[in-house]
Amino acid sequence: MAEMSVQLVAVERRLWSGSASFVVAQTTEGEIGLMAGHEPVLGQLVEGGVVKITTTAGETVIAAVHGGFLSVNADNVSILAESAELSGEIDVAAARRDLQAEDADERARAAARLRAADSAA
Amino acid sequence: MAQLRELRARIKSAQSFKKIFKAQELIATSRIGKAQARVEQSKPYADEITKVLSLLASGVANVDTPLLTERAQPKRAGVIVVTSDRGLCGGYNANVLRAAEELQSLLREQGKTPVVYVVGRKGLNFYKFRQRKVAASWTGFSEKPSYAEAAEAGRTVVEAFLAGADDDGENPGPDGVLGVDELHIVYTEFVSMLSQKPIAKRIAPLALEYSSEEEAAAARAELRSAYSFEPGPEKLLDDLLPKYINTRIYAALLESAASESAARRTAMKAATDNADELVRSFTRVANQVRQAQITQEISEIVGGVEALAAAAGSDD
Repeated sequence: MAEMSVQLVAVERRLWSGSASFVVAQTTEGEIGLMAGHEPVLGQLVEGGVVKITTTAGETVIAAVHGGFLSVNADNVSILAESAELSGEIDVAAARRDLQAEDADERARAAARLRAADSAA
Repeated sequence: MAQLRELRARIKSAQSFKKIFKAQELIATSRIGKAQARVEQSKPYADEITKVLSLLASGVANVDTPLLTERAQPKRAGVIVVTSDRGLCGGYNANVLRAAEELQSLLREQGKTPVVYVVGRKGLNFYKFRQRKVAASWTGFSEKPSYAEAAEAGRTVVEAFLAGADDDGENPGPDGVLGVDELHIVYTEFVSMLSQKPIAKRIAPLALEYSSEEEAAAARAELRSAYSFEPGPEKLLDDLLPKYINTRIYAALLESAASESAARRTAMKAATDNADELVRSFTRVANQVRQAQITQEISEIVGGVEALAAAAGSDD
């Protein structure tokens, strides 16, 4: 299978990088699925989105991504997030609590984290 | 000559100061490593966002976004000064504040009014003490800045910048925000463990920075491949630029945090050495005093014995 190199970076650290065969993300226009050889795209990701990466080894990497951008160019995919968490790092109990938060943004983020954690389980 | 008791007290206090300095030095040393690691970790994002932004900026033929276009008549310029929250770091704050003063007088010469934003308690006190106006300040995180704090500062300055200096003197214009036409940031660059350099940079309107000619050429070449944008390029740029400014502020905060720890380590090392020196010289004087006392006591005893012997002899 054709592969592409994927960088998943948050402001404070690099979460994941490696080669993948399939990436799913949500831009403000809608869901986008990327495979190797995709046309060059620059997109803004939705607040509280979930990014799913299928690696060439067949594993799935899932992350909750908040406030980010996506850039695809010649088999390079970069996902830039203001903050992001891999599904394994998500504290489900804390996310459930945040669902009740005052702030609408906070709620969206919590929902994304829960979704990411759920789809990984 | 000084009293022995007094000298002993001074030796003791110098010794306990030394312990404090040594502890501070060790703490600072361990923080430098962590701060540098954080600088490293923030690099991938900064690199990627710069790449995306340069692509976009050169891709949109007629860019008309306020963050990229120079204002015709810049009147007010925002200056973000990054200082530390705590002292005990040698000339760190003095240096960065001096650089900020230089930048401000330069701006005044160009006919722009500087507007000061301060990060760190030391800088805030500097301006407060001189009764100068500070547009906004953020304190309490100089040693361990997080992106949330950088974004918080970024939001304020970007808002002021987007409002623009359409104001009439000190009265905010129709938009109700006392805006600025330019944004500068003054922070301390981490050159090495022993050397930190204050540096002033303009962050908006931003000039895209390429580290080399090849990179610039590569960015241009990449553009020829047609990109599709979601949503449209103008909207994307508008959303991306504030994030880019946040990233620049965050990078400056991280770099400053590393510099602060390094400056503190150097200062505390010097203080430890000085305390050592003090203890040594006080000990020397104390020993002299003690020896003089003993000598005096012996001669008094000898004198006393002789006097007794003389008195006993005269009795016979």
